[in-house]
Amino acid sequence: MKIHVCLKRVPHTATKIRLSAAEGGAPSKSIQTQGVEFAISPHDEIALAEALKLKEKAGQGEVIAVSLGPDEAQTILRTALAIGADSAIHVKANMPTGLELDGFQVATVLAGVFRTRPFDLLLFGRLAADDQSAQVGVLTARLLGIPVVADVTKAEIVAGSLHLHHPVDGRVEVVECRLPAAFTAQKGLAEAPYPSIKQIMAAKKKTIEVLSVDPPEPVLEVLGLEPPPSRKPGRIVGEGPSAVPELIRLLREEAKVL
Amino acid sequence: MSPCAVMVYFECRDGRVKGPSLETLGEARRLSEALGGGVGVVALGPGARAVGALASGAAQLFVDESEIHQSFHLIEAARAITAARRASEAKVVLLAATSVGRELAAAVAADLGTCVAADVTELWVKDGSLNVRRPVHAGKAFLTARFRRFPAVVTLRPNVFMKDSSGDPPRHVEKLDFPGGETGARVVKTLEPEIAKVDLVEADVIVSGGRGLKGPENFSILESLARALGGAVGASRAVCDAGWRPHSDQVGQTGKTVSPRLYIACGISGAIQHLAGMSSSKNIVAINKDSNAPIFQVADYGIVGDLFEVVPALESAIRKLK
Repeated sequence: MKIHVCLKRVPHTATKIRLSAAEGGAPSKSIQTQGVEFAISPHDEIALAEALKLKEKAGQGEVIAVSLGPDEAQTILRTALAIGADSAIHVKANMPTGLELDGFQVATVLAGVFRTRPFDLLLFGRLAADDQSAQVGVLTARLLGIPVVADVTKAEIVAGSLHLHHPVDGRVEVVECRLPAAFTAQKGLAEAPYPSIKQIMAAKKKTIEVLSVDPPEPVLEVLGLEPPPSRKPGRIVGEGPSAVPELIRLLREEAKVL
Repeated sequence: MSPCAVMVYFECRDGRVKGPSLETLGEARRLSEALGGGVGVVALGPGARAVGALASGAAQLFVDESEIHQSFHLIEAARAITAARRASEAKVVLLAATSVGRELAAAVAADLGTCVAADVTELWVKDGSLNVRRPVHAGKAFLTARFRRFPAVVTLRPNVFMKDSSGDPPRHVEKLDFPGGETGARVVKTLEPEIAKVDLVEADVIVSGGRGLKGPENFSILESLARALGGAVGASRAVCDAGWRPHSDQVGQTGKTVSPRLYIACGISGAIQHLAGMSSSKNIVAINKDSNAPIFQVADYGIVGDLFEVVPALESAIRKLK
């Protein structure tokens, strides 16, 4: 069982996002990264944990962590190696620093990497905590022409074939997939183990393969980033159940939602 | 047959079109005027023809009533949408940003060799190209971007755009040929839930609970309030991670980003990841013991107090209105 897991380095979800100042009053196009703690995107970490679980159940196999990003992406690959990945590939796109690739560019680059490297399974997180497009997993798999299931909550091998649990409108549809296949991991699938100091030290000694690739032309051009629209200040209606009649009145007459 | 400017995917559940798809159609009608052309609608599965008749103001309806679309088969559904897009020459494919819609959009984008602009809250045409605004970092910032070429694939955030039920049903109905063939993926079993639930991102009203509920058994008071309001129950990350509620109920940066008409936060202090996921709700009510809880900074209306007293009082007051 050879499994590739794609990991993205993102600002930790507890981070307060500050936009970087642009020159001459132009709109900001990026966030401030100074003092920001980065991590493996949470759903990607679940995908990694699931890959390790599937390898263990299969009794043999290989888990390869892959990250597309700047040089700093190697820090999350070291973490992945410490958690249990057997090897790691850092994919570097040849492009001006500071620019972000769009989902189509990322998927095209990843599909190019995997086209020449045979695998059984390709795993992604459901979505990246920063961009939140939830498209790279499905897009990459479909560019490769392999079956893919998103938001998987359970993965198992039943009588030699892969069964993936896919939530659809409150139901769960069990999808049987031919290999090679891809899926994106939803919460609840698996939990990443904490690496030991010994594993962290061992991971530092492993080599990370570096690939340099030319991305295709972007489809989406970023025009600017803005802070979210501010909400009008709210008010405390009152204390305890005695405030309920006033709340009802406001919801009916002011907010008009009841 | 004149070409369409915009193609809308009509997402159906149990033979009915979903509300977010009607919102998507409403926005498609507005957008198609700016692009110069009509709106096409694609509906899949048994009964698609009848459902598609609800697409007021659309010029063309494309249907594939194959049995296979009864369950969600990603590759087949994406191919049908792509075929409808090709036949109509639409520049933009619009889907509601439901769980299924977002997955499908990515597969359609692969077939079309393009990118998805996901969970968009605003879109407009400028100098002939399509511009979009969408939340990133779960709403901690908003990104504006421009499609450099067509066709474009866009998913629209539910509860943001306006429905428009005026106008006639589509005049032209075209049957899509189901291509068949082996795709390597088949739904082999469907597990029915004990209680049918609306996906949180589609819910109009959400009653959400946090650690203040003190235990999983106490969520029954939120379930009861949600029933009185016709809404769904959400939860904070802390209580999902503790196993009190399923992960599918989690609102926040690593859960779902929601914009309901009314969001009632009960016993939720308001961690930054949670606020990111719900602060674009139209109206926010917070009920919390701690008057300093950060949730009160985003709430329109706050009640400081014991949720075990306030929530039942609120429910009975709402039931009296009906």
